[in-house]
Amino acid sequence: MSLLEIKNLHVKVGEREILKGIDLSVDAGEVHSIMGPNGSGKSTLAQVLARRENYHVTQGLILYDGKDLLEMKPEDAACEGVFMAFQYPVEIPGITNAYFLRSALNAIRKYRGLNEMDAMDFLPLLREKARLLEMDEKLMNRSVNESFSGGEKKRNEILQMAVLEPRLAVLDETDSGLDIDALRVVARGVNAMRDPERAMIVVTHYQRLLNHIVPDRVHVLVEGRIARSGGPDLALELEEKGYSSMEAAARTATPV
Amino acid sequence: MSANTKAILELAAREYKWGFVTKIDEERVPPGLSEDVIRLISGKKGEPEFMLEWRLKAYRYWASLEKAQAEPKWANIKYPPIDYQGIVYYSAPQNKASLKSLDELDPEILRTYEKLGIPLEEQKRLAGVAVDAVFDSVSVATTFKEKLAELGVIFCSFSEAAAKHPELVKKYLGTVVPYTDNFFASLNAAVFTDGSFVYVPKGVRCPMELSTYFRINAAETGQFERTLIIADEGSSVSYLEGCTAPIRDQNQLHAAVVELIALDSAQIKYSTVQNWYPGDKDGKGGIYNFVTKRGKCAGRNSKISWTQVETGSAITWKYPSCILQGENSVGEFYSVALTNNYQQADTGTKMIHIGPGTRSTIVSKGISAGHGQNTYRGQVKILKGAVGARNYTQCDSLLIGDECGAHTFPYIEVKNATARMEHEASTSKIGDDQLFYLRQRGLKTEDAVSMIVNGFCKRVFRELPMEFAVEAQKLLGISLEGSVG
Repeated sequence: MSLLEIKNLHVKVGEREILKGIDLSVDAGEVHSIMGPNGSGKSTLAQVLARRENYHVTQGLILYDGKDLLEMKPEDAACEGVFMAFQYPVEIPGITNAYFLRSALNAIRKYRGLNEMDAMDFLPLLREKARLLEMDEKLMNRSVNESFSGGEKKRNEILQMAVLEPRLAVLDETDSGLDIDALRVVARGVNAMRDPERAMIVVTHYQRLLNHIVPDRVHVLVEGRIARSGGPDLALELEEKGYSSMEAAARTATPV
Repeated sequence: MSANTKAILELAAREYKWGFVTKIDEERVPPGLSEDVIRLISGKKGEPEFMLEWRLKAYRYWASLEKAQAEPKWANIKYPPIDYQGIVYYSAPQNKASLKSLDELDPEILRTYEKLGIPLEEQKRLAGVAVDAVFDSVSVATTFKEKLAELGVIFCSFSEAAAKHPELVKKYLGTVVPYTDNFFASLNAAVFTDGSFVYVPKGVRCPMELSTYFRINAAETGQFERTLIIADEGSSVSYLEGCTAPIRDQNQLHAAVVELIALDSAQIKYSTVQNWYPGDKDGKGGIYNFVTKRGKCAGRNSKISWTQVETGSAITWKYPSCILQGENSVGEFYSVALTNNYQQADTGTKMIHIGPGTRSTIVSKGISAGHGQNTYRGQVKILKGAVGARNYTQCDSLLIGDECGAHTFPYIEVKNATARMEHEASTSKIGDDQLFYLRQRGLKTEDAVSMIVNGFCKRVFRELPMEFAVEAQKLLGISLEGSVG
């Protein structure tokens, strides 16, 4: 069985149906990319996977590791190994990055019946991961995301992923707002996390991220449905032709 | 109802865990206030004559205020009229008399303090903290007295100070908060029954934290204690007070006065963790905390620093202030005030700059949840002679949910053009985005709220003595019963 199975997923936000029947399976060890124009439902899918409330699932199901993901609260999903790198990471004034990360790691370890890690054990781990992402150690003692640059915030998301070692990682437009150098660093971090036990879903608007993180599968989301799926070449094709041809096709297609 | 709201409502169902009542025999005077009651209180305490005279003057002054209905009404708080004749002004554990050692103390009272986490037996005490325990109206135990006495530090109950050190009491009592200061301060001056007294002699740095723990136990009583701390030239002292009370349906009045005096180059650090019973979730019961706290930096280069964490009381009305008289003296005020359910707080500070080169810092963090109303009221006054005075004020409010309120009333008065003033203020709300972010990393909703709030208060917690900073953080977590909208 796949690590993630999404079947006929319909999602409403308020009265508007955003996702109109998504079917997707992702195996452990794979990297899938979800692409699509603005408003196609990419971020909604990411948020639903991370169990954000106020997204109303009207039909369908999501099995994660054989369990009903839609029954889980965000913190339970997190403790079960679902991680989302946020498009807009929030600031937590007065709480250091290091303290926050250790609290998160310990919440997850506790859930799994493991011993909590003290600061002495945690620090070397954090240092090692920070080095991978070329993050200044000073950022560890600064408040979470407070007065971080856009690039630092995104790298911080990947750092968190590296520390928490999820089984399913969803990267929501991690490339937005990154210059090319930051993009490379982030991609290197993500690639280092590729693992036969781990699945990743990379949500992006642009193909350029996929030059650095080469996906196993690419899915194009248009108007709440997967319009096409394919290999990495599909991303290149999109770069050339744009989304408009697929949008036209989606409009004439019969709903699933 | 979102899961966030639900989880926070569950948290709200947590009870006030200090709300138990100790069953002991108590001695109390009948309710009501008159010159006879004041004579009775003074007599019971065996006070010197000057104390009785002072009390009577205060009482007459207060009675004139009451007649003129001069109870202060300007604060942003609402409560039904208080029946001052319905309050019991003196209540004491029965076997008080004069205790020679802790062994003579009613074991029930000892157990009460143990339950509160304040063991009075000295060998079990936190290293380096001396405690004066005030139970209802009287001081029941003061620890580490002898050790402090070796250095000349006097730390005892107010009653004992009036008896043994009348010259100090007479010299300083009412010099910072005169009995004419305000309605509640007058009432306190007339009826105060005990409190703590500290004198640190010249050049002595008090080697341990001094602490008073106030406990209201009896029903229908008011608690009126008075604290007087004098730091003589070049000395320093750090003092902490904590307070709790049982759960009762009726509101109870607590009208305390604290006076601090710092002479040349002396430093006083006064920290409060106030956790009086706040009332239930519908706003029934709870303590009315109407307190006057003021310090005078009388000497040059002296410093007074107030740190308060206010999580309890149905109503908090207090403005720990500094009169900066001595040249280059420094006043500080660091405050966290949390209001939840139907709690109301109108709190802040006054910094009165008189001497040249005086400096003050104000950092106020207000947290409102539930239907709580939180007001910061601060006055910074630069008088003519305060050449080169400086003030920095930072005033932040955090809202949890959408039925609470945060209000800010800064008053700034500058009479000397060389003064420098800075005022920063912010209001923020714990948003769904913040909570979701933390929960997505594995933290439970209540832990996420705690983390955000603790981060918000960090600047103030840093000022608390280490042991108490940890307590304050826990207390804040427990007291947080909001609803996220």
